[in-house]
Amino acid sequence: MSVAVQHISKKFGAFPALNDVSLKVRTGELLALLGPSGSGKTTLLRVIAGLEIPDDGQVLFEEEDVTEKSAYERRAGFVFQHYALFQHMNVFENIAFGLRVLPRKKRPDAAKILARVTELLGLIQLDGYEKRLPSQLSGGQRQRVALARALAIEPRVLLLDEPFGALDAKVRKDLRKWLRHFHDQTHLTSLFVTHDQDEAFELADRVVIFNQGQIQQIGAPCELRENPQNDFVREFLEV
Amino acid sequence: MRRVTNDGWFARYSLLGIMFAFIGLFLVFPVCVVLIEALHAGWGFYLSTLQSIHSWTAIRLTLLVALAVVPLNTLFGICAAWSVTHFQFRGKAVLISLIEIPLWVSPVIGGLVFALIFGRQGWLGPWLETHQTQILFAYPGIVLATAFVTFPFVARGLIPLMQSQGSAEEEAALTLGANGWQLFWRVTFPKIKWGVLYGMILCNARAMGEFGAVSVVAGNIEDRTNTMPLQIEQDYLNFGLPQAFSLASLLLLLAVITLIIKVVLEWYRLAPNIVRANPGKTIL
Amino acid sequence: MEALSSPSLPASRPSARRRRRHILPGFHLTLGFTLFYLTALVLLPLLALVLKTIVPTTDYPTFFKLVGHVYDVATDVRSLDSYRLSFGISFIAALINGIFGFIAAWALTRYAFPGKKIIDALVDLPFAMPTSVAGLALTQIFSTHGGYIGQTLFNWFGWRIDYTAWGILIALTFIGFPFVVRTVQPVVADLAVEVEEAAACLGANRWQTFWRVIVPAVRPALLTGVMLAFGRGVGEYGSIVFISGNMPYLTEITPHLIIMKLEEFDYVGAAGLGVVMLLMSLLIVGTVNLVQYFASRRRMA
Repeated sequence: MSVAVQHISKKFGAFPALNDVSLKVRTGELLALLGPSGSGKTTLLRVIAGLEIPDDGQVLFEEEDVTEKSAYERRAGFVFQHYALFQHMNVFENIAFGLRVLPRKKRPDAAKILARVTELLGLIQLDGYEKRLPSQLSGGQRQRVALARALAIEPRVLLLDEPFGALDAKVRKDLRKWLRHFHDQTHLTSLFVTHDQDEAFELADRVVIFNQGQIQQIGAPCELRENPQNDFVREFLEV
Repeated sequence: MRRVTNDGWFARYSLLGIMFAFIGLFLVFPVCVVLIEALHAGWGFYLSTLQSIHSWTAIRLTLLVALAVVPLNTLFGICAAWSVTHFQFRGKAVLISLIEIPLWVSPVIGGLVFALIFGRQGWLGPWLETHQTQILFAYPGIVLATAFVTFPFVARGLIPLMQSQGSAEEEAALTLGANGWQLFWRVTFPKIKWGVLYGMILCNARAMGEFGAVSVVAGNIEDRTNTMPLQIEQDYLNFGLPQAFSLASLLLLLAVITLIIKVVLEWYRLAPNIVRANPGKTIL
Repeated sequence: MEALSSPSLPASRPSARRRRRHILPGFHLTLGFTLFYLTALVLLPLLALVLKTIVPTTDYPTFFKLVGHVYDVATDVRSLDSYRLSFGISFIAALINGIFGFIAAWALTRYAFPGKKIIDALVDLPFAMPTSVAGLALTQIFSTHGGYIGQTLFNWFGWRIDYTAWGILIALTFIGFPFVVRTVQPVVADLAVEVEEAAACLGANRWQTFWRVIVPAVRPALLTGVMLAFGRGVGEYGSIVFISGNMPYLTEITPHLIIMKLEEFDYVGAAGLGVVMLLMSLLIVGTVNLVQYFASRRRMA
């Protein structure tokens, strides 16, 4: 599914977090939002998920205008920077949550939920961890559970907010590889926010460079390096 | 090892001595007196005083009042905490300070306001009289006055607790498709249940023990509108000290149980110590 | 930047956009109930109290025309005596609690001794114990007729505690104690030992360290605790009425006078005294917030 935002503006008090931002994410693309902290990239991700209401502009999923839809109707898979796992639920219950809160008619039965969660646990390589609580997992494991939880509802788009920000270098590298591999297999339309250039350039099909609530440039990694459009991009990428 | 910041033995022992003497005289001694006075004529007599009709109706009324007040204030506390911690709106700071009003006004005022509304010469007095509805000097009036004084107890514990927990888990549940009801019962409530319990037991202790506010609106009709604290006063004035002390011992037991639950919850860090969460604010 | 052309889509509709303003559900429901309950149970009744005092009379100078009777009641000798008692004794009790509360807070945070946890829990007893139980127990201790201590004090020294201001003082000391301890305790716990060590290294003895380092750090919290105890004492009723005897002009506190006015069906007078107490509470709460404000500003600096 493609995702588009059109003329999105958002202010927090007097601070303009997003200023007339328009962007289209193509179906099956892995896109990185890159920029210094406070540049508005996380806010844009939250606007797309329905966790922030824009002052102006529209959000489109495919051709459908979802601007007025609440987050739970949009059902975009969202992975939070600090995981936001349900602390009182074990790994199984966390991953199954999205299935268990489905309306009765659409809700799969217990056997199907078990099968789906087991499949996801295999995917994130955490078989046998069903009964652990989030507090008993390492940072990288928590992040993978958060990912599995978001994937359980079979989202049309996957949104990741600084997915590797709180992890140490080694785990970061592994998880990065894993995510690229996962995306190559599923081609799920994905956006991720990062402030780490290497991460953006290594992972993404295209990179969006943000500053002060505005898009500075969009392009494939090599394109950006070879042809920076303005001084900010040039300095930011140090080319 | 002696360190420069340690007080000398003289300072240490005299300060400890002063503290033990003060706490012994003002806190421990009264507790002992209640127990001694209630039990000095033996268990049989103690139980017989509790079974007197006055005591029994007072106990029943007190329980009924708490049964109405505690759920109402709990519902209010959860609603107030939810709206204050998960949303930004104008006048939020004012709302939070308004919630604390009943903590700093005299409990007698908590009763007075309802007497002025529902009393014979109050705003609604004549109307109530023509409709033969009794609010003052009856159960509804006692519930209102008690609800007024115990109003903030659940809210002021939950607000700092939910503020410290943030909204991230709720937002996650939302993106996973949970509706409001599922969000609250599956995600929020498990996180705050001990905090709710903490507020409820404090609210309950105050509701059952409230004297000032209730004595204004209850009108001291024995066997009808006397809650336990009021019956204690009446027994005391009628020279029924054994009855007064046996009722007092029950309320003391309630206070001790409340303190134990409170300490246990704070010890396991299940509920925020309200004082540490917002130092310098009014406490109870 | 990628150009976007989507003529088929409707232009943004500002009016429709304003409908949904909050992300998490339940805003209107919970805030609605909160405001309704707050207004119905607290704000409207307090408004009714204030409005009750407005009874226009003609024979008073300009401002007091509106509240003539209330002015009479509020400045009556019996009322003035009750203020003096309520505020004066509360103030003294708060000061006593300031001293003993500080000592207790210090001992409870700095010293290790057996039974510390129990003592710490006991401090909250006046919060949890119903005021009438406290009143009854204190009366039984200090009564001149057969009291555990009162009898002896009277027989040996001729001192009376019950039916005097001393009784009120004791009751208010009981009530206010935890306010000081619980406000000062966290501040003493947070006092950096390094600061004291530094002071000691600079050659200050323990006494100088206490006055120049510890007292200034604890002062705002101590002041707050004392003000809270004072505020609570002014409104206190249950623990006092047993021991004080409620004699007009002598041992009658303002809350008791309010109840007397109600029993005489002088609703306007009762409301007037209620407003006086309300204003005093407002003043005390205002002072507490001011102390907090200046304390936090100094911490920032």
